[in-house]
Amino acid sequence: MSWPHKDLLDVSQLSRDDVAVVMRTAASFREINSRPVKKVPTLKGRSVVLFFAEPSTRTKTSFDMAGKRLSADTFALAKSGSSLVKGESLKDTVLTLLAMNPDALVIRHSESGAAAFVAARVSCSVINAGDGRHAHPTQALLDAFTLLEKWGDVRDKTVCILGDIAHSRVARSNVVLLSMLGANVRLCGPRTLLPPAVDSWGVEVHSDLKEAVAGAHAVMCLRLQLERQQAGLLPDLREYAGRYCLSSRSLAGAAPDVKVLHPGPINRGVEISSELADAGESLILDQVASGVAVRMALLHLFITRKDRGEKE
Amino acid sequence: MALPDLVVTDLAFPETPHSVDLLCAAGRILDVAPHAPDAAYENARVLPGRGLTLLPGLTDAHTHLREPGQEWKEDIASGLAAAAAGGFSNIMCMANTIPVNDTASVTEHMTKRAAETWPKGPRLYPVGALTKGLLGTELAPMAELARAGCVAFSNDGRPVADAELFRRAMEYASDLGLRVIDHCEEPTMAPAVGMNEGRVSSRLGLPGQPDVAEAIQVARDILLADYLRIPIHLAHVSCRRSVELIERAKAKGVPVTAETCPHYLHFTEAEVEGYNTSAKVNPPLRTRDDVLALIQALREGVVDILATDHAPHAAHEKETPFGEAPCGISGLETALSLAFVLTDKGMLDASDIVRLFATTPATLFNLPVNTFNAGDPADFVLFDPRDTWTVTPESLYSKGKNTPCLGRTLTGRVAALFIGGEPVFTRAELAPAAAASASRRKHGRHS
Repeated sequence: MSWPHKDLLDVSQLSRDDVAVVMRTAASFREINSRPVKKVPTLKGRSVVLFFAEPSTRTKTSFDMAGKRLSADTFALAKSGSSLVKGESLKDTVLTLLAMNPDALVIRHSESGAAAFVAARVSCSVINAGDGRHAHPTQALLDAFTLLEKWGDVRDKTVCILGDIAHSRVARSNVVLLSMLGANVRLCGPRTLLPPAVDSWGVEVHSDLKEAVAGAHAVMCLRLQLERQQAGLLPDLREYAGRYCLSSRSLAGAAPDVKVLHPGPINRGVEISSELADAGESLILDQVASGVAVRMALLHLFITRKDRGEKE
Repeated sequence: MALPDLVVTDLAFPETPHSVDLLCAAGRILDVAPHAPDAAYENARVLPGRGLTLLPGLTDAHTHLREPGQEWKEDIASGLAAAAAGGFSNIMCMANTIPVNDTASVTEHMTKRAAETWPKGPRLYPVGALTKGLLGTELAPMAELARAGCVAFSNDGRPVADAELFRRAMEYASDLGLRVIDHCEEPTMAPAVGMNEGRVSSRLGLPGQPDVAEAIQVARDILLADYLRIPIHLAHVSCRRSVELIERAKAKGVPVTAETCPHYLHFTEAEVEGYNTSAKVNPPLRTRDDVLALIQALREGVVDILATDHAPHAAHEKETPFGEAPCGISGLETALSLAFVLTDKGMLDASDIVRLFATTPATLFNLPVNTFNAGDPADFVLFDPRDTWTVTPESLYSKGKNTPCLGRTLTGRVAALFIGGEPVFTRAELAPAAAASASRRKHGRHS
């Protein structure tokens, strides 16, 4: 099994076969997470730098846990504790980290393209844990993994992504991956939160929630950032919730056994009702569990890529 | 007739179908005569011009030289060197230096530095700030700036949102007989993002600025110029919407002129793919449709002039994620080559380039211009239309290597620039250069 990629910048670089490899590998690792002793020696002696230049709790924890369960040494560096706040350029921060010779660098950054910028300048594998509005490939892969676990296949399933699409890297990566896997993707949100030129994305676009969820097999809610109100994109959260809060009632027209996803952290009562977040339809906690397995798979594939290359 | 002291023989000349000899005396044009192979030019320095095209020295109405204040990006010496290598005998430098050029002392500092660094080099004409500190709240002392040598006023880089203040600035400048140059970008709509709003920005997850942000301010300025009957010059227009507004205004007789830049004629938003910060510029690179509209507008005179908007930045400043990089393209040294690429494609001809990059800008801003009539200043470019060169950091005299042309191969390059009959720039010794181009034609190309 060969893995042809040095870095994971976005899902658009992956073939369907690559995605299948990630899914298979993640499935094989998932079992480790339910053992009493949740650790295998696969990446013993390997080091992974978690460079999060933007606040993150769950993604960072998920990568950290994934690395540790494979026995890699993980080193976390946050922006607040890093030289970036002292005015050091991203290039210099990264070159410094690279001089410590890590096997992989996981990066989260507020600028679109930051992961590609770093990847072009370092020899170790770079895994994009979210760059600006651009991409969040590991989230899309774990979302796909979660849905595949439930459905076996996403072909011909209708998945509606709901909320602030314009500013969402989760939406961008999910549109690419779900479309690649054969799902029918819909986007829904107020016009002010839809990206420009969205007609070029090749997906259905709705501004009406009822139409958007009609017959949908899954609805993925996105977190609404409070800044959108200040930027003049929304009147207020109350009005947003009135139009777009996903609840059992607004799901009435969806397919039977519809699933609900959310990348977290959730705003209860804003983009998703509290009762729905806790209901049987919700896969939110499954996503978290999938996240660890998928990130274990990715760390494994990227870090041992060269070892396999040598054997072959 | 006086005897020539400088002659360049056998030059291609856009105005005539046959080749010409250029005759100069005492720094002025004496004559442009049909090439006479047997002519004896006694007591003159005679240069072989075969294979070269004769153009007037160019005027760039829009450069940023960064001195005073940001000399690591560019200084007056390196900026003048870049101008000369690009064929410019006149350059107008914008006011966004540190401190801003909003007092006579800054203007005089600039002109003095230019005269000290290179007394016979390209002439530097400062553009004064329109508002104090470019802050857009109070008028700059324009009469003082004009006395010190400013040839126009602009808030370039910091568009004035306040329509009332802008109106008063136009009125005040008109008393002085000087033109206001406006950088048109409605500043509340995605300011300074350096990326067009559209398919590419949408996919890359970059904030984009729609072309209407530019056109809204173009429309405002046209309405003011019409109402006040005061001329306005619109800097670096980048899109079809602006062109259409200008075309309609000109048809109605509104005193509006406009410029665009070579990069808007060659590159589109697609250049930003891969988060290429060299293509980050304000206004942003637009679409193929905008490129075609601009080229047509230049041909038809709807857009009056070409200007470089030369905006040098240090390499490390552009080596960042896209959102953190400053906006701007280093343009002086590729401008003429890029313009001539369009002649190869049949979209412009050489006489259009003379009009767009020399005659009209010099006339608009009352600068010395060579129209090849007897007595004109002997400011001329010898352009080698067959010199094929690859744009590398080393190939540029400017400190700013930030251009999307980097790594590209261009055909056509300035071989020499003469100002007042003196060679201020020659890429190689002229005689060997002409011989080399002859031998290249014979043996094919190696470099």
